[in-house]
Amino acid sequence: MLSYYFSLALRSLRRNRVLTALMVLAIAMGIGACMTTLTVLHVLSGDPLPGRSGSLYYPQIDPQDMDDYGPNVEPPDQLTWADGMYLLKAKRAAHQALMTEGMVPLQPTQSNLDPFQAAALYTTADFFPMFGVPFKFGQGWGEQEDDGKARIAVITSSLNDKLFNGANSVGKELRLQDTSFRIVGVLGDWHPNPHFYELYMGSYDSDEDVYIPLSTSRDLKLEHDGTTNCWGGTGSDPNNLEHLSCVWLQFWVQLNSPADVAAYKTFLIHYSEDQHAAGRFLRPANVRLRNVMQWLDYQRVVPSDAKLQVWLALGFLVVCLVNTVGLMLAKFMRRAGELGVRRALGASQRTLFAQLLVESGVIGLAGGLGGLVLALIGLWLVRHQPADYAALAHMDIPMLFATLTLAVLASLLAGLLPAWRACRITPALQLKAN
Amino acid sequence: MDIKPILSTLRRHKFTACLLIAQIALTCAIVCNAIFLIGQRLERMNVSTGMAEHELLYIQLANIGNRPDAMARTAADIEALKEIPGVTSAMSTNQIPFSDSSSNTGIKTDPTQQNNVINAGEYLGEGVVRTLGVQLIAGRDFRPDEYRDLDDVYAMLRRGDNHALPGSTLVTQAMAERLWPGQNPLGKQVYVAQNISETVVGVVKELARGGNFTEGMPYSMIDPIRIGMSSGSLYVIRCAPQDREQVLKSALAKLKSLNPNRIVLNKGTYDELRYRYFRNDRSMAGILLGVSLGLLIITALGIVGLASFWVAQRNRSIGVRRALGATRGNILNYFQTENFLLTTIGIVLGMVLAYGINLFLIVHYELPRLPGMYLPVGAILLWGIGQAAVLGPALRAAAVPPVVATRSV
Repeated sequence: MLSYYFSLALRSLRRNRVLTALMVLAIAMGIGACMTTLTVLHVLSGDPLPGRSGSLYYPQIDPQDMDDYGPNVEPPDQLTWADGMYLLKAKRAAHQALMTEGMVPLQPTQSNLDPFQAAALYTTADFFPMFGVPFKFGQGWGEQEDDGKARIAVITSSLNDKLFNGANSVGKELRLQDTSFRIVGVLGDWHPNPHFYELYMGSYDSDEDVYIPLSTSRDLKLEHDGTTNCWGGTGSDPNNLEHLSCVWLQFWVQLNSPADVAAYKTFLIHYSEDQHAAGRFLRPANVRLRNVMQWLDYQRVVPSDAKLQVWLALGFLVVCLVNTVGLMLAKFMRRAGELGVRRALGASQRTLFAQLLVESGVIGLAGGLGGLVLALIGLWLVRHQPADYAALAHMDIPMLFATLTLAVLASLLAGLLPAWRACRITPALQLKAN
Repeated sequence: MDIKPILSTLRRHKFTACLLIAQIALTCAIVCNAIFLIGQRLERMNVSTGMAEHELLYIQLANIGNRPDAMARTAADIEALKEIPGVTSAMSTNQIPFSDSSSNTGIKTDPTQQNNVINAGEYLGEGVVRTLGVQLIAGRDFRPDEYRDLDDVYAMLRRGDNHALPGSTLVTQAMAERLWPGQNPLGKQVYVAQNISETVVGVVKELARGGNFTEGMPYSMIDPIRIGMSSGSLYVIRCAPQDREQVLKSALAKLKSLNPNRIVLNKGTYDELRYRYFRNDRSMAGILLGVSLGLLIITALGIVGLASFWVAQRNRSIGVRRALGATRGNILNYFQTENFLLTTIGIVLGMVLAYGINLFLIVHYELPRLPGMYLPVGAILLWGIGQAAVLGPALRAAAVPPVVATRSV
């Protein structure tokens, strides 16, 4: 029966090529626009570390003075050196790492490469086990290296490819800012997006090139980039940040159970109260403990333009659908005579309805395939946009199925009303009119 | 033209008519808001910085190795840059508008205030006014003896030795008007911290801050502080617009010869920097324009499709009307009026919807209210498109010969 309806649908669609093309095109354009923007949003709001992000938390405390204090004020986004070091050494979580980012001049020992600026993450030992960073060669470093301000570095596989043609470079020398570093590890394929742990150098597609101990970076006065917020008129001398009232460090902890999370929050409150009693914190205890997804949400990492584009595309799809409903209704009503004959010959309303829905489903499927092609073209265009997330815009399997499902659902929805109206015609009237 | 017969016909095609109206209303609402958003982006892209933008070049360098004589080396760089033929001025500064970093400070007008009155961008460097080409409208520029070195300022702050800090500053007119409305700002004090104040010695007409624009783009101040290599090198060079390319080439060669041990991070004309900064706005404006055009085309095609259907359906009645004496013009007029009626209802609904979408955007995207002028623009656009789209089918209807009335189907 279904295959008969299908051949009927094809025949009817072929009879009115322009109208059919118009409907398919409308659905394809609506679906294409929608899926392009939804895919971008899907990529941008994805979980950077699936399976792990739920147990990673970002503690915030408020060490500022009373300037601009008010109820419900959020604590600063970063930590001071003193607080960061205290929380790091306290080791109240399963893992904890303190970090900031900077650009370092890298002087390749190979003569054919000019010095260039490398993006560096200055961090502490737990960074690698806490985030589950894979290693291709070697490994990270331990607490002794942090304490000893060791001249060691972990490099990414892309830097390893660039400098050492992908060979095992563990033990080799790396010159950064006129200082010799020893490579201890080469990362495997690791590109968390969004770049959740350090958002100040770009939220997407902003992998660093080298990782070195935070203590070493301070010892060598390596440039620290990103945001530095100071208060109390102590200035913001970049070489003296350890002793100033400035927040400039990010801190992540791993907490494995809800009880651990509650305990850590209590710990933060107690620390704040102690500091307040000692006169170092002027504000009352004001702490936050957000996990990765909450932190990304709070930082509004997903560009608002991407969301606006989704709304725009949804609006576009609605107009396209209304357009299709109108055209389909016109088409079905025009066939009132034919439908009347079928009714008179014994077809029930239900079978007519099914037949017309199959026809709109065929349009939907064609529109969906067209929309898929348009979405792929759209994503290709997005990848050639200048935005920093552009390179990430790729269709994945779930989005592919979502596209086709959305297209068929949308066109069935669009076919529902016209089919219902068309199948309710009274056969006698139609026959008489002819 | 009598609209009564049109209305009675439409009443028999209520559902189809409603769909067409809905489509026009949605298109009208979205297009009005899209045009408004495009206008917003264009306005953002055309914002003035107050600088002589077409005369500026910038070079950002990273130095390899920490050098103790950073200040002297920077001075030597600047001297060398100034010697290049065509260069009118050059400086080392901490920020320029639309580059990726900025330096900002909270401002009070009275040390007892608990909250900052505003947050302002803080420009450092020797000769900011001259090099950026901003216009001094009151007071004076800094005297050479007022300048301090940034490294010395940090040392003084570390010692808590505040009286030797530079005591003068230049502010923009917008900032002065915000801090002391209607008063003469010259001689007034601004507090950048509890115990650090600066006296306003001059007012510049306009200078956008380096970044952090949400805090108020026109609030900038200039401090008499020299900045050396140790805090990164951002050189700004001013020359005649036609010399820019040549000067940039010579400047890079000169800097390299003075000290080859550094990396050029970024360089170019200020116009290029500005163009790059607004790339997202430009592409968003393009997308909005594309979607608007797509919507209008889809709507036009929808009107063509429905009108063709109606014409085909009413072939016989058109024939009857023609046989009864209606002219071709009458028939043409009929379909055009019908379309005009439907479009008008759609536009009226669309206006309401446009306002609703705008409210949503205000809440979620902090956009201003849709100005009334966008509504007639949308209306005229849709009327025009409706009339153009219906013309083809209407002409076909007008061409129906009266003899059709006599034919049986």
